[in-house]
Amino acid sequence: MGLSGIEIFKKLPKTNCGKCGVPTCLAFAMKLATGQAELDACPDLSEDVKEELGEASAPPVRSVVIGTGERAVKLGGETVLFRHEKRFENPPAFTLLLSDNMDEAEITARLKKFNDTVYERVGVVLRPELVAVKAESGDASKFGALVEKVCNETDAGLVLMNEDADALSQAARSCSNRKPLLYAADKNNFESMGNLAKELSCPLAVKAVNLEELSEVSEKLIAMGLKDLVLDSGARTAKKALEDQIIIRRAALLKKFKPFGFPTIVFPCEMADNLIKETMIACQMTAKYGSVIVMSEIEGHSVFPLLLASMNIFTDPQRPMAVDQKIYEIGATNENSPVLITGNFSLTYFIVSGEVDASRVPSYLLIKDTEGLSVLTAWAAGKFAADTVATFVKKSGIEKKVKHRKLVIPGYLATISGELEEELPDWEILIGPREASHLPAYLKQWSAD
Amino acid sequence: MTFEVPKVSYTGKIREIPLGREGNTVIVGGESCYPFHLFEGEMPHPPKIAMEVYDSEPEDWPDTALEPFADVIKDTAAWARKCVDTYGAEMIALQLASTDPNDKDISADEAAKITKEVSDAVDVPMIVLGCGNVEKDTDVLKAVCEVCEGRDLIIGPVVEGNYRAIGATAIGYKHTVVASTPIDINLAKQLNILLGNLNVPDEKIIIDPSTGALGYGLEYCYSVMERIRMAALIQEDERLQFPIISNLAREVWKTKEVKVPESEAPLLGDMKKRGILIEALTAQCVLLAGADILVMRHPEAISLVKESIKDLMT
Ligand code: SF4
Repeated sequence: MGLSGIEIFKKLPKTNCGKCGVPTCLAFAMKLATGQAELDACPDLSEDVKEELGEASAPPVRSVVIGTGERAVKLGGETVLFRHEKRFENPPAFTLLLSDNMDEAEITARLKKFNDTVYERVGVVLRPELVAVKAESGDASKFGALVEKVCNETDAGLVLMNEDADALSQAARSCSNRKPLLYAADKNNFESMGNLAKELSCPLAVKAVNLEELSEVSEKLIAMGLKDLVLDSGARTAKKALEDQIIIRRAALLKKFKPFGFPTIVFPCEMADNLIKETMIACQMTAKYGSVIVMSEIEGHSVFPLLLASMNIFTDPQRPMAVDQKIYEIGATNENSPVLITGNFSLTYFIVSGEVDASRVPSYLLIKDTEGLSVLTAWAAGKFAADTVATFVKKSGIEKKVKHRKLVIPGYLATISGELEEELPDWEILIGPREASHLPAYLKQWSAD
Repeated sequence: MTFEVPKVSYTGKIREIPLGREGNTVIVGGESCYPFHLFEGEMPHPPKIAMEVYDSEPEDWPDTALEPFADVIKDTAAWARKCVDTYGAEMIALQLASTDPNDKDISADEAAKITKEVSDAVDVPMIVLGCGNVEKDTDVLKAVCEVCEGRDLIIGPVVEGNYRAIGATAIGYKHTVVASTPIDINLAKQLNILLGNLNVPDEKIIIDPSTGALGYGLEYCYSVMERIRMAALIQEDERLQFPIISNLAREVWKTKEVKVPESEAPLLGDMKKRGILIEALTAQCVLLAGADILVMRHPEAISLVKESIKDLMT
């Protein structure tokens, strides 16, 4: 965000027409400078000015898209070094590596597992996003055949890895409509790779042996007019990779160093001899600035914890996560199942539903909208007051699902039970345990009579 | 455009704190840079892992976590010995979970007796953690301080509601305290100020800004730790220049995701490896955020994290 409000103002039409939603061009310029407005809101800008201002107001780490349609993956776009400063924008893409040396059955099995691996958590879909196809056989037709097979068997975005520029070009042409990431331009072949990427409008990875060389090649590609780059500093040890990732991000953010203002690609698959250790390294890169994270295998026990880590690190620190307000049925519930109520902070939901599940006592869990606040905070803020709880219970439809009228409230909210009994005269209010971990014991002794 | 490495200039440093009895000490802290940012500062003492043991047989652990300790879970002292002898534990963390009034509610004297047995069984530095109930912890930890005089324990959690009573006793018997606060940098600082006013020496304080498991609020703890380190190293906030402890294993191993067998959730993969990785990844994240001491459970998760620390240091 290089330009000041005044500098931006100088480029605007200065007609104060108000079409952008603010009364004057100056006010609009000020908003642009602080990132509170979008350039497109002013309909009267020339293309030149748009480009100039767009560049100046673009995030210091460019957003790069790999893939198309629903499976397009956006990477980069980052504006901070630490997640508490604002938020991290685009979580990393865990990427399955396939080699043209693997046998057909193996490839089919791995691709199937890749496709099947989809999780949902708090309404968010989590999955490994990309497939990297690597040339190791030295046979261009084998590589091409594998690219074709992968294109046919998955909609996911692709990374095409081939040191032979001609073979890469051939394969890339066959699937350029899928916007694959081309890997990679280096100090020797950057011209032909750069031209290919430009011609096909595909993102291009830049590979070097160290940061110095990386900055040089990246700079040359920028000079050739390439916009969508992805950086590989060549580091293949955990320590060096951490250092390089930090320096790249800092250079982009603090020094506005353009050659490093791009997302990165990292290779835990080349840094460990087993998947478990690889997963540890991938976790490090999830926290510290990896974008395309290439793994030798996608297995639930590895990728699921990684996706959890990525979800945690990329959660907006300003907004508590929330789940929907409704009745959650846990287990095979019936009309005599216990009914519990709590707030919609997603952590509360996960912990409570996890314990209820563990108790093996099928139960109804009423989740009341507390705007994502935890129970105690919600109560203090008036979001878990007896009257609103009562309204929700009545409207929820729970009265049709159970014969009894017993409602278990969180132990910490014992104070509202009197009021709640007044608001819900048909119901008996039971005080549950203070800690979720005591729920299984509590539920096991619970009875509808 | 020539490339220049943008370095941070640190003005503060984390306190170096020796733990444990003379002749068997472990030093934590001493960092003069962000975690593992060794290209611009120093981390003289790599983070340490304390293996946790419980004061009575755990009831709700998955088999995958019980298995390495199956022969010792009924005897806390034997359990601690196994951690040191078989798994090479650098420290032991005794979790006095049974003192919880909502659980077995064992007495302070009983807890002190178990602590003494464990303390006699191993030589490595020992952390003793109460159940988290403010009043009960006061009684329990006071009794523990007394019977382990001279052992130089690390005791906690010391919180705003009981820091006076526990702090004073800890000073008297020369133990180190774990100052615990609920995921908030200002509360963490405030408690350290209070402990200072009480005359708890600065080299006897470790801070615990709370820990959540992977998928269960880890991000809050991660960011609080990062912010504490930032304040300590860049803003020279000397009431935050303390080593950080993360009591993570008990959070990890109570989550649903480590307990679901693969047969019920095939996409989650092998249950044992998954549990180990969820613990190890939680540890990896808090390490990168600034933790100096990790309280961990599974020996295989511990070896992974040790290897990772080694890789990041050398
Ligand atoms: S729409 Fe454009 S020209 Fe009109 S006031 Fe806004 S900035 Fe100025």
